[in-house]
Amino acid sequence: MVAACLPRERLRPLAGWLLLLSVGSVAAGRIEDQTEQFFRSGHTNNWAVLVCTSRFWFNYRHVANTLSVYRSVKRLGIPDSHIVLMLADDMACNPRNPKPATVFSHKNMELNVYGDDVEVDYRSYEVTVENFLRVLTGRIPSSTPRSKRLLSDDRSNILIYMTGHGGNGFLKFQDSEEITNIELADAFEQMWQKRRYNELLFIIDTCQGASMYERFYSPNIMALASSQVGEDSLSHQPDPAIGVHLMDRYTFYVLEFLEEINPASQTNMNDLVCPRSLCVSTPGHRTDLFQRDPKNVLITDFFGSVRKVEITTDTISLQPDLEITESSYKKDRMDEELMEPLKYAEQLPVAQIIHQKPKLKDWHPPGGFILGLWALIIMVFFKTYGIKHMKFIF
Amino acid sequence: MAAACLRLVWLAPLLLGLVDGGRAEPPRDALREELVITPLPSGDVAATFQFRTRWDSDLQREEVSHYRLFPKALGQLISKYSLRELHLSFTQGFWRTRYWGPPFLQAPSGAELWVWFQDTVTDVDKSWKELSNVLSGIFCASLNFIDSTNTVTPTASFKPLGLANGTDHYFLRYAVLPREVVCTENLTPWKKLLPCSSKAGLSVLLKADRLFHTSYHSQAVHIRPVCRNARCTSISWELRQTLSVVYDAFVTGQGKKDWSLFRMFSRTLTEPCPLASESRVYVDVTSYNQDNETLEVHPTPTTTYQDVTLGTQKTYAVYDLLDTAVINNSRNLNLQFKWKSPPENGYVHYQPAQDRLQPHLLEMLIQLPANSATKVSIQFERALLKWTEYTPDPNHGFYVSPSVLSALVPSMVAAKPVDWEESPLFKSLYPVSDSSSYFVRLYTEPLLVNLPTPDFSMPYNVICLTCTVVAVCYGSFYNLLTRTFHIEEPSTGGLAKWLANLIRRARGVPPL
Repeated sequence: MVAACLPRERLRPLAGWLLLLSVGSVAAGRIEDQTEQFFRSGHTNNWAVLVCTSRFWFNYRHVANTLSVYRSVKRLGIPDSHIVLMLADDMACNPRNPKPATVFSHKNMELNVYGDDVEVDYRSYEVTVENFLRVLTGRIPSSTPRSKRLLSDDRSNILIYMTGHGGNGFLKFQDSEEITNIELADAFEQMWQKRRYNELLFIIDTCQGASMYERFYSPNIMALASSQVGEDSLSHQPDPAIGVHLMDRYTFYVLEFLEEINPASQTNMNDLVCPRSLCVSTPGHRTDLFQRDPKNVLITDFFGSVRKVEITTDTISLQPDLEITESSYKKDRMDEELMEPLKYAEQLPVAQIIHQKPKLKDWHPPGGFILGLWALIIMVFFKTYGIKHMKFIF
Repeated sequence: MAAACLRLVWLAPLLLGLVDGGRAEPPRDALREELVITPLPSGDVAATFQFRTRWDSDLQREEVSHYRLFPKALGQLISKYSLRELHLSFTQGFWRTRYWGPPFLQAPSGAELWVWFQDTVTDVDKSWKELSNVLSGIFCASLNFIDSTNTVTPTASFKPLGLANGTDHYFLRYAVLPREVVCTENLTPWKKLLPCSSKAGLSVLLKADRLFHTSYHSQAVHIRPVCRNARCTSISWELRQTLSVVYDAFVTGQGKKDWSLFRMFSRTLTEPCPLASESRVYVDVTSYNQDNETLEVHPTPTTTYQDVTLGTQKTYAVYDLLDTAVINNSRNLNLQFKWKSPPENGYVHYQPAQDRLQPHLLEMLIQLPANSATKVSIQFERALLKWTEYTPDPNHGFYVSPSVLSALVPSMVAAKPVDWEESPLFKSLYPVSDSSSYFVRLYTEPLLVNLPTPDFSMPYNVICLTCTVVAVCYGSFYNLLTRTFHIEEPSTGGLAKWLANLIRRARGVPPL
């Protein structure tokens, strides 16, 4: 319609303009798809809480399980500051380890999942049910260092991986205490009420693992387990040199699957499946509390940390601030000449040590308990023997 | 998204500030790194790394916000908790002074933390508790288990190792956690505190899989105030990070006593740390081996350093990484040293026993030094034999055959050559080839060993007792349960009665 009104020599640039418009609309459609993908999941940061709950050398495979998930998660981008790693025993530097400072996942020592750059946040006796729940709910004593805290917010996707020995409805911590599925479900509900997660993926690799996610009732939780109620999760392969089983089957195949993933891959959660022929036990999953369809959930939504970055091409020039650094240096030089020479302390001043008096402890008045006890004794005495004795005392 | 681009923008002023700040004032911190390799008398090798950062700044008086070589994590710790000194060590193993000699710096097995606070601290216990929690986060260790139950305040020892103008022990706290394990997760943050991390200089040798395959591994962090110059009018803060390891000759060395940097660390030195003002390797070449072995070091050192260390005079070969002649055209430095032993002039033959086949045989050729006593002893264990192998009188004991000593004894007086037919018989017992010494064969006493003897009457006792018990208990029950009673007609007597009646009838007596 526009072409009919205009003279011929303007047609060619106009055709060019029309072409541009159509291209522009197609491109806009693609940009819309891209931006829709951009905001698909709604999370801005990723956290991981990886827990191994077993102690003793023969539970080497549980530590190897946790470390292989740690390795994959770090490789796909989650930094150490966003990972809380809890290992209940030390396998790498265990005196029974024939190759110290290594933890292997494949036999014949093919893959060292311990690596050279590992940071364990909770180790040995610190892995307890109380510490685990405190990490999840955030009710942590104020002196806890930052690397031991789960500082997630309402836009965090959290991956929680637990492995160890478990049963129908409980998971054993260090052979001395258990956490039940009800406690875990309540902890997740506390997290939801305090808005400590956007979406949560819970993976558990223990015997009868499906019992642990039966009681969840908070939204946006997806759960995977290595075996159903009544089934045992089996270990994969022993290594003759190390002498113990190296990994559990479910986590072994999860690791093999994750080794193929890179930060840009588009595989989704429906691909994370372990067939019965390999895993022997029947892996379970629970997605009814999750609002998105699992086939739209990327693996990297939980296992990786894909940052959304906007690059700007504007330049900003700034003035450096030299006055502050210069003034402090000058002040220091002035103070130098004023002080008299200092000296080092004597390491073993025998004469001084022999003649020092032991310090007397400060006297504190007796506390309420002691006073109350004495009052009770005196009352009982007078009640028994009568009040007439009072006049002899006072 | 907006936060991400804001982050990019904020980085820019910091970078610009750094570039210009560097030109305005001279650097106020310096790094020195050093590795001392000490071959030990037992064939093992000890390696001690020291990384020392000296920072010419008084953290107490000025607010510091620019950290260059001194790590920010530790600098903030000093100012926040008003520390005067901090000493933290993680150790696995025990330094065997008897076999290895005295150590430079020994640490107890596990984790040890001792701290001197400044005089200005009001609540020392509270600062101590918070400090141990912060350190447990920095070094990935369970230092948060340090509380009043394992903390002491020493009154006489642990005087400050740095500058001190008063030593009120109220401000000192000491705690040890012997159960603490050292592993790669403690080494990783320790390495991250180094200015060159593990990329250049001596810290490229710090690979965890070799460092933990050792008999002794100790890593420590020491912070203390030191004199800035000889006049000592102002304070500098010194951070020393030390790491000592001892490699076992048999576990890592496979029994051979030649070592190289590659064998110990699976790496070689390529370049010095560009931030270091000094980067040296010292190798202890004092030969004190009692086997008369000499230490050979390759490549040949350009300089040596002699001094009295730990009470004895020691000589060190020095390799300066900042000297371009050391890391020359080969672009890497792999120190090799081996013990060269003099040719063997002894002989030992040992044939172990095989049970019920052959006995032990030990033959040794020894040269006895003059004016000395040599003692040869063999340990053995006593075992139980099979019960048929005992002699009828086992309490007497078992005999071990006497040892034989064949000796060539130097003679005081030269002997004349012997003519067998002419000289008396006692001169021709042993053939003599050399007149300056005579041959003699001596025997020791036989050894009577009391082996543990079993009580041979026990099998009989056991059989008796068991049979009695079975017969009485089980037998009674068996009878009670299975015995049935039948009513029986009395028998008529049978043949015997008939014969007896026959005889009685013959006698005329009434029959039975």
